[in-house]
Amino acid sequence: MARRVGICAVAQTTYEPDKWYERFQGMALEVLESLQEQTGVDFSPGKGIGMSVSVSDDIFDARTISDNGMTDVLGAHFGCEEKIAQEGIQALYYGMAAIQSGHEDVVLILGHCKESQGASRNMVTHVAFDPFYTRPVGLDFCAAAGLQAQAYADQAGITEEQLAEVVVRCHANALKNDRLPTVEAVTAEQVMASPMLADPIRELHAYPVSDGAVGMLLVAEDRVKDFTDTPVWITGVGNCMDSFFLGDRDLASNFALKQAAKRAYKRAGIDDPKTAFDVVEVSDFYAYQQPMWLEGLGICDGGTGGLAASAGTAGKAVINPSGGSLAGSPLILGGLVRAAEASLQLMGKANGHQVNNAATALAHGVMGPAGQFHSVVTLARD
Amino acid sequence: MQKNRNVGIIGVGQSVYSSHREEVNQPEMIQEAVAEALEHAGITLDDVDCIVHGNMELFEMVHQPDLWHTLGSGTFGKESLRVTTGGTTGATLVCAADHLVASGLHDIVLAIGFEKLQEGHTTGGITNMADPLWGRQLQTGALTGMTAAQMIDEFGEERAKKVAMKYRILMDKHAMKNEKAHRRLGLEFDQAEDLAVNSPALVGELRMIHMCSQSDGACVMIFACEEKAKALCDQPAWIKDHVTAHREEMFCIFGDAPVLSTHRFAAQKLFERCGITDPRKEIDLFEMYDPSSWWGSDWLREFLLLEGDEHLKMIENDEIAMDGAFPVNPSGGVTASNPIGATAMVRVAEAALQVMGRAGGHQVPKTVNQALASGFGGTMWTVLTLLTREVPW
Repeated sequence: MARRVGICAVAQTTYEPDKWYERFQGMALEVLESLQEQTGVDFSPGKGIGMSVSVSDDIFDARTISDNGMTDVLGAHFGCEEKIAQEGIQALYYGMAAIQSGHEDVVLILGHCKESQGASRNMVTHVAFDPFYTRPVGLDFCAAAGLQAQAYADQAGITEEQLAEVVVRCHANALKNDRLPTVEAVTAEQVMASPMLADPIRELHAYPVSDGAVGMLLVAEDRVKDFTDTPVWITGVGNCMDSFFLGDRDLASNFALKQAAKRAYKRAGIDDPKTAFDVVEVSDFYAYQQPMWLEGLGICDGGTGGLAASAGTAGKAVINPSGGSLAGSPLILGGLVRAAEASLQLMGKANGHQVNNAATALAHGVMGPAGQFHSVVTLARD
Repeated sequence: MQKNRNVGIIGVGQSVYSSHREEVNQPEMIQEAVAEALEHAGITLDDVDCIVHGNMELFEMVHQPDLWHTLGSGTFGKESLRVTTGGTTGATLVCAADHLVASGLHDIVLAIGFEKLQEGHTTGGITNMADPLWGRQLQTGALTGMTAAQMIDEFGEERAKKVAMKYRILMDKHAMKNEKAHRRLGLEFDQAEDLAVNSPALVGELRMIHMCSQSDGACVMIFACEEKAKALCDQPAWIKDHVTAHREEMFCIFGDAPVLSTHRFAAQKLFERCGITDPRKEIDLFEMYDPSSWWGSDWLREFLLLEGDEHLKMIENDEIAMDGAFPVNPSGGVTASNPIGATAMVRVAEAALQVMGRAGGHQVPKTVNQALASGFGGTMWTVLTLLTREVPW
């Protein structure tokens, strides 16, 4: 049996629509220095950070090898650094594997993204589509989400008013989260009157353009005590890739998410996800996704169960107390930010949005058109 | 360090490498290598638990290309991971697959390195990695004449130029025996003087003939835990250890910090950890990421911890030839084939084929008990991997 892996510290910049005053190296340095201050960790050989796992994206950064400009911040001058070029939550999956393989004891995770640097983030996700069939029709992740939202709304019978309530609650939670200084309260009327982006997705149904950086320190069980008294353990991981063409999929089926969750629960020894978690942080980049992903995760039943759960009336899990992705976090860092927020809850360090006595949590990340790829991480404290 | 469990390489697949694979799209080209690797390992896609993918997005301008590539990679319904580190990507994918299997998360992992360089502008893509304020105006892609100038300065023009050209022709002779290689030029040693003068100059004494190719291609490797590797494969190539060392490009121009070689640093660390005291004797074969024949010649000294002109003698004495005492790149190396996101993986894959005794026409005429593979990328980044014929841990 491989050794357990603990999250010993978490740090985040604020997430804002345009951090014009800071380069991405500066954002990352703020995170690194916070992690060092919290744990006393350094890069000394054999004792400190042995491997850095970065998260960034070449096209969002407009730089081939986007981790190249980060070498010094990542402590990788004559050190080991590897970049997750996927949903950021996969850095936990990989960092855990590197520690459980026996190769590393202390792993730094550090992700950054400045979505504001591009003229349009839809141009970035547009080129995720193949150049022959799907790119010429102008698809991007927002348009693909619109198609999925229609399929899900048809199946679950969701109304415009219900979707607006999801957004209102998200903003209300986000107001208590000091990492989201620019979020303002909204009313259901404002949401329903906001401009249409991709029917039925309105502007306030979509996450804002976001800049920010997030990091954490993963440590092997036998070294955890060197860095913290309140580790959060990674108890399960699981992910799954769906097929590529939207027409090949049942967009309302949650196929990949159900598989990903099943794998994570199996590794964590969780039989009933409905009662397993005190906190659930899902990557809801569009409002319809919060109820839909909750159903896919098995946190509640299908149909309208997701809506009930996100309203906080199903089971004991508190959903997205941080405000969730909808309140603002860069696309490629989505799940990593969710995992950071879930960890803060279990450490008792979530400040204004702390959930009382949270001991178990789930974090979720999603990438690709209409949720092609999902990744799930389950967490627990002693 | 105590490895949780052993990991064996049980299958390798490579598409044909070429400057223009216009008859296939990206997923189709990847599918060629996936199908060959599965057949080589004697398994089907159903046996694979997780698929690892890597390349550089700006070369083909496709965002998160593993999404589209699912059509050819077979990732549908499986776990997956996408990791990239520039030129070292392929070697990093091997590290990732090793971790995923050694950790116990997965029993069988398939890793894919790919690039289709004809679909973008390679030198433009590489230039774009430099800092927009400090470095981009100076960057010339991967082309640099500095190593040639340094070697000429140290060993004299005649000897340095002769060694670099001999290295190049030797690599081409190796590539001629590898049916997958992209550039198989049929060079002869008596062409050396002509090429040294007439091959177009790129930067200083770095000429077109010295430089690696721009290739389309995909490489796939299959990794298995010890129990499954032994059941599925008569002779797996086992992963003993790997070391990654990156380098910040600007550090050397500020202050008086010594300019260290990541290659020598990584080799020292790897050899110390694995108890290797005389690498030229204890290692049977080296697959080196040699982006040009100047770099290939020069870097031998660093990787093998040599001093003086020992590395030049190894080339002059044919020691690095396929049938020499220390064969280097029997595959033909990177000057023959260079699909960048796959290139560093091809080094490990070719070293593995030699350990397994399945390299076909370019199999070296001796038993390979221990093989070294290097990856190169970024601003002098190194990944070194050591493979063994015996179960290492």
